[in-house]
Amino acid sequence: MSAKFRDILKSQKVIVLCSLILCGLFLITILAPWLAPNDPVLVNLAHKLEPPSFHYPLGTDHLGRCTLSRILYAARISLGYAMLIFISALSIGLIIGMIAGYKGGWVDQLLMRFGDGLMAIPSLLFVLGFVGIWGAGLKQVILGLILVQWVYYARVIRGMVLSLKEQNYITAARISGSSSWTIMKKHIIPNVLPPLAVMGTLEMGWAIMNLSSMSFLGLGVQPPTPEWGAMIHEGKSYIRTNPTLMLYPGLMIMLVVITFNLLGEALSERFGVKRR
Amino acid sequence: MTVRKVVKPMSLLQVKEVTHSYNAKKLFTWKDQSKKALIDVSFSIEEGTCLGLLGTSGAGKSTLGKVILGIQRPQHGRVLFQGYDIYHASKMIQRKIRRDLQVVFQDSYSSVNPRMTAERIISEPLQNYENLTLSEQKRTVISLLERVGLSEKDLKKYPHQFSGGQLQRVNIARAIALKPKLIVLDESVSSLDMVTQSLILQLLRELKDDFGLSYLFITHDIKAAFSISDTFGVLEKGELIGLYDSKDQLFASKHPVVERMRDSVLAEHPRLRTLRARGNLV
Amino acid sequence: MEATKPNILQVRDLHVQVRTTEGFSTLVQGINFGMKKGEILGLVGESGSGKTVTSMSILQLFDQKNMKIEGSITLQGRELNGLQTKEMREIRGKEIAFIMQNPMNAFTPVFTIGHQFVETIKSHTSLTKKQAKELAIDVMKSVNLPDPNRLLRKYPFQLSGGMLQRVMIAMAACLRPSVIIADEPTTALDLHNQLLVLQLLDKVRSEYGTSILLISHDLAVISEMADDVIVMQHGRIVEAANVFELFDHPKHECTKQLLNTRPTFNMEQQTITLMV
Repeated sequence: MSAKFRDILKSQKVIVLCSLILCGLFLITILAPWLAPNDPVLVNLAHKLEPPSFHYPLGTDHLGRCTLSRILYAARISLGYAMLIFISALSIGLIIGMIAGYKGGWVDQLLMRFGDGLMAIPSLLFVLGFVGIWGAGLKQVILGLILVQWVYYARVIRGMVLSLKEQNYITAARISGSSSWTIMKKHIIPNVLPPLAVMGTLEMGWAIMNLSSMSFLGLGVQPPTPEWGAMIHEGKSYIRTNPTLMLYPGLMIMLVVITFNLLGEALSERFGVKRR
Repeated sequence: MTVRKVVKPMSLLQVKEVTHSYNAKKLFTWKDQSKKALIDVSFSIEEGTCLGLLGTSGAGKSTLGKVILGIQRPQHGRVLFQGYDIYHASKMIQRKIRRDLQVVFQDSYSSVNPRMTAERIISEPLQNYENLTLSEQKRTVISLLERVGLSEKDLKKYPHQFSGGQLQRVNIARAIALKPKLIVLDESVSSLDMVTQSLILQLLRELKDDFGLSYLFITHDIKAAFSISDTFGVLEKGELIGLYDSKDQLFASKHPVVERMRDSVLAEHPRLRTLRARGNLV
Repeated sequence: MEATKPNILQVRDLHVQVRTTEGFSTLVQGINFGMKKGEILGLVGESGSGKTVTSMSILQLFDQKNMKIEGSITLQGRELNGLQTKEMREIRGKEIAFIMQNPMNAFTPVFTIGHQFVETIKSHTSLTKKQAKELAIDVMKSVNLPDPNRLLRKYPFQLSGGMLQRVMIAMAACLRPSVIIADEPTTALDLHNQLLVLQLLDKVRSEYGTSILLISHDLAVISEMADDVIVMQHGRIVEAANVFELFDHPKHECTKQLLNTRPTFNMEQQTITLMV
């Protein structure tokens, strides 16, 4: 008992710490225009590749832009769009997964086989396909990631709905005269959402990683918009002379992804404990 | 099919030649693996009586319960409730039948949503059928709770805060909320301990008299069936092998299945024990 | 005289507490009883009266960090309370066998019954695989299980609950334990299977002289099987008597309630009417 208790406390500490870090990051994204000392896209070749100074706390890049300002503004892109990917994929997955799980039969077969088809194609290939059609850009990358991501949610939700459907209380609700919609609203969604929130936290890290890798490859965010992956890409030519150009955005990606993963792990552990 | 009305002596529930098999056909297997769960089952339940449906596990009892509740359409045969075919009636009549047919399952914990309080569990059928104000609804729920031997204090409790017997009372309260005509009791007392079991059976008997309820009491326990049922049916491998109008008739039956069931009943007093010779102390 | 025979299993002043957030909470207290060779001791009580706690304490199946078990539990003169996990593991199965309510949980679904049977025998004896199998078949034959050879080739999920419980008992009997603890062995079964399982338990008792601690909430099971009966309520023994004495002259209110509230169909009257 006591050992378990300590574990819960420990994981709660992780939850609190991670949540604080994430809150801080979200605050930064909101307050970026006020926090940033300089314009992130202002080119000033007279000051290129400068070391940290009072005016440029983290130095400047090859075009003389303030690195700190760029990192702060980049947080808006990374976190904001990762959130967008997460919410859209979750909504699509929730709707399709619930329909497939609840209706069953050929509807289920059709939706799930379609999902399997999408899952067979790696996300990179998808994005490349979109980029091939519409050219490089943030929209294409996001669309590609959502298209791949919703299938995971749909499959998990379908599984949960299937097992919930076997519970007697769903039958009892039907016998009490509740419609399918009421059953979904009252009995299925409240039981499905908590594990999804946990899963979503883990997936946020994934989305940020992917968004940054796509930008690193030059497929996502286009210059001069600041984005961590794109900043690493721009900095890589100066790795010998100015390694900090790659280091700072790299550290930011690491911080965010690790925080999301730790939080997700801790949440799922706690959730598991709670479920007996 | 048209709605058929049976004119003369109308039983509350009539089950006519119901046959149902589970389709176990899988992809990649050619042979038909369908398993017959019910074969040509016919019986009826009169208003205000209880039919005890006996059978071993896997005899098709639960399938029959689902067929009667209108949630498992049988491949053949008809189920008439107050003369209406429940699978072929109009939407309006189906909705009315739905209200008169309720169920209490064996596993009380899986029959309620773990995230809902007793109040919300019991008010669910009321919300679906009655137009009550919130305070009326709450009063109704309290009176239902009191009727099944719980109290106002239990309104805000969650399922895990109840014992198995108490939770079964919550399930019963939900089942009687709409004042139904027939309740299917699917092994409703089988997983409770003996004392709780007889208390719940006592409650069910009282409710039957108070509300003029009819029951279909599905069980494997001949003793439990005896304490509540008026008539009996025995199901074996999907076939109804006998219908008996009284306990004496059931006892007099020479059918091997009934005999085996009867012989499986354990002695109530050590003097009557058959498993061990009397007073055997090695 | 019976009284002169030494007790196989003796429990004295058993007191079990569990650690909670507010200190220790008592589960059972003042438990005293003894079991003689070849006797069946019935342990009866409502759910939550401490029956299972008592049996788990005898088997030392509790996590010792969180439970405080006081008192003495002796098996043929050997103290069990406080034994090391390793020593206890040797005693469990070999000296004290345990039959639980749900036999499905006692078997691994991926191995055949025979495999698990043989492994159990081998882990407690020095028999070879062939000898172990012969022993298994011998025991199964002696307790009238039909077609042992075929049974041993089956997987657990291919057998019904009743059959699995009987196999479980045969497996327990193989190692000739001096005590079998059967915790609600028939509660999950229908009446016919209940009869078969009880018959088998009695067969094992008469064949091997095993003492059986039979835990049940059903007085009918007790009246068929037991020599002596202990009635428990709220973690204490409220009455202990010979089975005939208990049924004829119940003393404690709890016993009377148990006797009076069970669903009866008056077998006495029925037998009489049937005999006429």
